Amino acid sequence: MDHTSWPLSLTAQSFRAGPSPDFLPPAELRQLQTERLRQTVQLAYDKVPLYRQRLAEVGLVPADVRTLDDLARLPFVTKDDLRDGYPLGLFAVPMGEVVRLHASSGTTGRQVLVPYTRADLGVWTEAMIRTLVRFGVGPHDVVQNAYGYGLFTGGLGVHYAAEAIGATVVPISGGNAERQIDVMRDFGTTVLCSTPSFFLQVADRAQELGVDLRRLGLRVGVFGAEPWSEPMRSRIQQAADIEAFDIYGLAEIVGPGVAGECPVHQGLHVLEDHFFPEIIDPASGCPLPDGEEGELVLTTLSKQAMPMLRYRTGDVTAICPGPCPCGSSLRRILRVSHRSDDLFIVRGVNVYPSQIESALLAVKGTLPHYQIVLTEQDDQERAEVRVEVTPEMFSDRIGVLEELQEKLTRRIRQAAGVGIDVRLVEPRTLARSEGKARRVVDQRHKDKAS
Amino acid sequence: MKIHQLSVFVENRPGHLIVPCKLLAEAGINIVALSLAETQKYGILRLIVRDWQKAKEVLEANGVRATVTDVLAVQVADRPGGLVEVLNPIAAAGLNVEYMYAFATRMGDQAVLVFRFEDPDAALQTLKGSSVAFVDTVELFSRLDRV
Repeated sequence: MDHTSWPLSLTAQSFRAGPSPDFLPPAELRQLQTERLRQTVQLAYDKVPLYRQRLAEVGLVPADVRTLDDLARLPFVTKDDLRDGYPLGLFAVPMGEVVRLHASSGTTGRQVLVPYTRADLGVWTEAMIRTLVRFGVGPHDVVQNAYGYGLFTGGLGVHYAAEAIGATVVPISGGNAERQIDVMRDFGTTVLCSTPSFFLQVADRAQELGVDLRRLGLRVGVFGAEPWSEPMRSRIQQAADIEAFDIYGLAEIVGPGVAGECPVHQGLHVLEDHFFPEIIDPASGCPLPDGEEGELVLTTLSKQAMPMLRYRTGDVTAICPGPCPCGSSLRRILRVSHRSDDLFIVRGVNVYPSQIESALLAVKGTLPHYQIVLTEQDDQERAEVRVEVTPEMFSDRIGVLEELQEKLTRRIRQAAGVGIDVRLVEPRTLARSEGKARRVVDQRHKDKAS
Repeated sequence: MKIHQLSVFVENRPGHLIVPCKLLAEAGINIVALSLAETQKYGILRLIVRDWQKAKEVLEANGVRATVTDVLAVQVADRPGGLVEVLNPIAAAGLNVEYMYAFATRMGDQAVLVFRFEDPDAALQTLKGSSVAFVDTVELFSRLDRV
């Protein structure tokens, strides 16, 4: 399917067939964004007490927001605001107009409720359709959707879009690697959607079972919902002979479909006619120029049930300068490699899990499942990376394993700048939730807190 | 001449060693020789079993990391100096023994030891014509059956 046009959907009337909004001329895009921003600010101000109060605090009324540049004058909204307002605090419509509720997965704390009007679901499906079409997904594909179905947005977000495109959707949901492999083989899956860490689990299982994923019909992988890395992409592509695409989204904004790659694989196009991106310095809150890394802040431009003005995502990325060779006018963000709250501090040194990951990959060329555990003993902070032993790593000789452990420790010290112990652990012993890897477990200050 | 050894990764913590042993027990697989090498945090359990393919399948299917290694079984006279007689030609050939362990059962007046060389094929070649007597899988299990 030609990715410059997109199909008429059977499920929502708001869809148009024809030229994709991905290719709007930049001036038209800015015009559309400006109009939608004004409407959104007005809606938020009229219907959500928190926004009215926050704008009043900085002496603004909706009429003051005239251009996209004015956006920077608005205060931020954070996950704490959503939690404080739980459950219905930031709703802009009565429950009668809400046709679906999701909840954020709560990886970093209490869950957040996310409402959708029928029009919101239309926007979401449109965003995911445009994303999948860009990946070349079409009516003849069999889409195995291994994102979790339920309150988590991943499952249904992919589901309705793939169905609207006319693809065959297999709503298998996450978990059970062995069953995923059977389905891939028996149903002729061509497109697989999952978290990258879960797919690696599936690949490991396939290897154990002697199934060569490269010989199945898989063509495209749609990966997101957790930070991952370029070496992880290489491993996935090699393990299954697929083209792996990165998607980005979060429940607070809409779910998957906020941004996604194109076949050029140089950043993720933000569907900015609906979700407007800014990058800020997480410490000062000041906007940063294109190309500089900072925290991603998103403003919804067309959502009704819960409009978000300058929501701080906690995800660290940068806006790629310049246009994309694919011709889309939508700006791109870099792959989200870590979250600003993923950062952990060991003995005064800032460390991101992605640094540990690159060290693990460098040693064996494969990414094992791992977890970073922070503990405290006699007022001494300790960090330990627990690594599940893969077939590639394992040997019958202690010397070989010791050498591996030393090498890993050395690499991690180089990458992180602080000594972190490495402990080899048995397979399947580290916790996984909803297919999302939980990378950092902080057990420090536990006794003091309780 | 080579025999297959299963090597199993186990953490050095209470309750971990029993996991692979239980799985093999439930599958009706008997362990005929074993050794456990340990570090502070983990160990490697090395096993000789008759049906090593089935054993590996059972272990891997239950999330236990196991690998198959080629080792050599050598018969040793069960008396003082028996082991030295075997080690002499090995040392003379300049071969390094990575590790070794013994079968639990005595077979006649012979003990049988498991030797791990870096390259078992090269070790076999080097020791051809020496006094070292290797025991192959068939011979090994038929002797065990007679015990």
